[in-house]
Amino acid sequence: MKKLSHISILSAVLATSVALTGCAGTSNSSGGSNTGGGGQPAQNQPSTSGSGGGAATDGGVIKIATQTPLSGNQSSLGDAIKTGAEYALNQRKEEFKKLGFDIQLFPQDDQADPKIGVSNAEMLISNPDVYGVVGHLNSGVAIPSSVKYEEGKLVMVSPANTAVKLTEEGKKTVHRICARDDAQGPKAAMYAKNTLGVKTAFIIHDKTAYGQGLSDQVKLQFEKDGVQLLGYEGITQGEKDYSAVLNQVSAKNPDIIFFGGLYPEGGILVKQAREKGYKGYFMGGDGLDSSDMIKIAGDAVEGVVFTSVAGDVTQTEEGKKWAEEYKKTTNKPLETYSVYGFDSMNVILNGVMEAIKANGGKKPTREQVLEAVHKTKDFQGQFTKVTFDEKGDNTNADVFIYKYDKDKSTFVGKAE
Amino acid sequence: MMLNILPQVLVDGLTLGFMYAVVALGYTMVYGILEFINFAHGEIFMVGAFVGTEVLLISDSLGALEGMNPFVALFLTLIIAMVLTGALGVGIERVAYRPLRGAPRLVPLISAIGVSFLLQDLVRFTEALARNEFYLNSPTLFTGSISLGSIATIPTKGLIVIVLAIVMMISLTLFINKTKWGIAMRAVAQDQSTASLMTINVDKVIMLTFLIGSSLGGATGVLFAQNYGTIDPYIGFILGLKAFTAAVLGGIGNLRGAMVGGVLLGLLESLSGAFMGPLTNGAFGAEYKDVFAFSILILVLLFKPEGLFGEAVKEKV
Repeated sequence: MKKLSHISILSAVLATSVALTGCAGTSNSSGGSNTGGGGQPAQNQPSTSGSGGGAATDGGVIKIATQTPLSGNQSSLGDAIKTGAEYALNQRKEEFKKLGFDIQLFPQDDQADPKIGVSNAEMLISNPDVYGVVGHLNSGVAIPSSVKYEEGKLVMVSPANTAVKLTEEGKKTVHRICARDDAQGPKAAMYAKNTLGVKTAFIIHDKTAYGQGLSDQVKLQFEKDGVQLLGYEGITQGEKDYSAVLNQVSAKNPDIIFFGGLYPEGGILVKQAREKGYKGYFMGGDGLDSSDMIKIAGDAVEGVVFTSVAGDVTQTEEGKKWAEEYKKTTNKPLETYSVYGFDSMNVILNGVMEAIKANGGKKPTREQVLEAVHKTKDFQGQFTKVTFDEKGDNTNADVFIYKYDKDKSTFVGKAE
Repeated sequence: MMLNILPQVLVDGLTLGFMYAVVALGYTMVYGILEFINFAHGEIFMVGAFVGTEVLLISDSLGALEGMNPFVALFLTLIIAMVLTGALGVGIERVAYRPLRGAPRLVPLISAIGVSFLLQDLVRFTEALARNEFYLNSPTLFTGSISLGSIATIPTKGLIVIVLAIVMMISLTLFINKTKWGIAMRAVAQDQSTASLMTINVDKVIMLTFLIGSSLGGATGVLFAQNYGTIDPYIGFILGLKAFTAAVLGGIGNLRGAMVGGVLLGLLESLSGAFMGPLTNGAFGAEYKDVFAFSILILVLLFKPEGLFGEAVKEKV
């Protein structure tokens, strides 16, 4: 569990840097185009803000909770999810009001701590007005908390948890809209074969659960696709001299080096490989996604390719518009996970809406909401397309490719 | 087909090995005199790397490196780093080891481990405060490389490491064998109380030992940062452990043993890292290079517990 939490913390932290570069790219685009429900002011405490329009809300209160770290060093990511979810909820308040329901956000702070997450979860399931949870940020918190949600039949939609175990435990309440950790490896290998056109590969990993796990999946996919594997070697984290393994690489001269590991080792590896005259591709997972990668690798970082489960919403015109609206309305910076929080909330609200309709306009039960959310199919969110499979994984979840230029990483596209 | 990389592997192994060797000298000198393992020595090496890198970074930002001969720049950096780490070594001895000199042998060992944690976190703290990160990238003074046809390319910086390490080792040997202070050090190593009866100031000799050992370690730190480019406050741990191993392999307390042991360990590591995978058909890859190198060490010590040069007791510092 600790390990899983570690990985998800890492990917979350790394994703921030992507988000930051994303922000920089959009700062000069116009924010003038107002669409339908976008213009309303942010409501920081929706639970205390009354029903302004005067429409009847006799159907009752429906609370959707968020569970993310709102304090501590991960609070910027946790707050982004909460704010994204809040933004989605505020846009649909009127829609629910017409049916006679008052939807409210019920934000919880899990402090990135499994113990707090679980006790919050207990509190949520004991509150009959709570119909769904957007969360968590950390897989290590989501997994124990989901035990409670399962007891209370409370549907959870995770915007950010990538740990494989989360949905493998067979809990019906657990869903996620992002990709799983084990999607990264195969997609990375496919991208290397199909887009980069490599025929031979050399895999290096850092002997950790994350690095070796990723490398094993890449290896499997390479074997399936007929990419010739010239070597599969491990290195020791914390060392600075990788010439021993790189001499093997230069003897075999592969088309690509795939590195399963993190940027401190990845940066040194690519630098030393280039010093030894290696000319091929260098690729890795989201462990390479950090601005420190550029500092460590120096000029050698140029052309390094990596995969990430977090995408950049500002890559399309429509996404850019959305991001501008978001920033203007919420007055918060756009993080990678903002849009994932937004989409997660909409998935839940759609489920609630379905359940209300199925229940003849009356307040549904949690089981009905759960059923409706679980059946989500081809839901087009702002950024993600969501179809849940039996386990609650999103079958449309994408893995994204990024590439380093001299001084930043740029979004390349979906890995296919 | 693997043999074409052999020259390259040897060069890499030698570069690494000579660095082990110089750091191993620091362990072996202190052991020779005090029969105590200074586990903070790896951290002194690390401090040297940081001091050197900071000197280069700061003078680079001031524009002082522009047009300066890289050899002069490296020389000045080495001097500054050696003076500071030498002083640090002496200070540590004074504060953390000397008061414990009469205590059971495990006590100064624990003290050394404490000092080593202290130094790691002190450097991490200061760097994080000053630069907001504790991974530092050293400006590279030497970028060229010498090509030996298609056989191997030797990066200039690696060559400089080897040459400077040899220079340091030769000067140390000369110092120990030819000068008055060197003779005093050997005397203290053999018998402290008799040496003190011969009007040798034992405290001063021990201080000198720490001064020399630490400044050599610090200088190696600078070379390490130059050679590999990236440093962090934890580089001293693994390298210190391996240098200590090299000292034991050569026979701890013996200078020549430390040098040979260091070079041997570096070569073993490099060779096993490059060839073990292909030779065993991938069953044992490069990740087992340390296992292999240390198995050799165990074998050597099984048959020769005093280390390769352990018999030459007379010659211990």
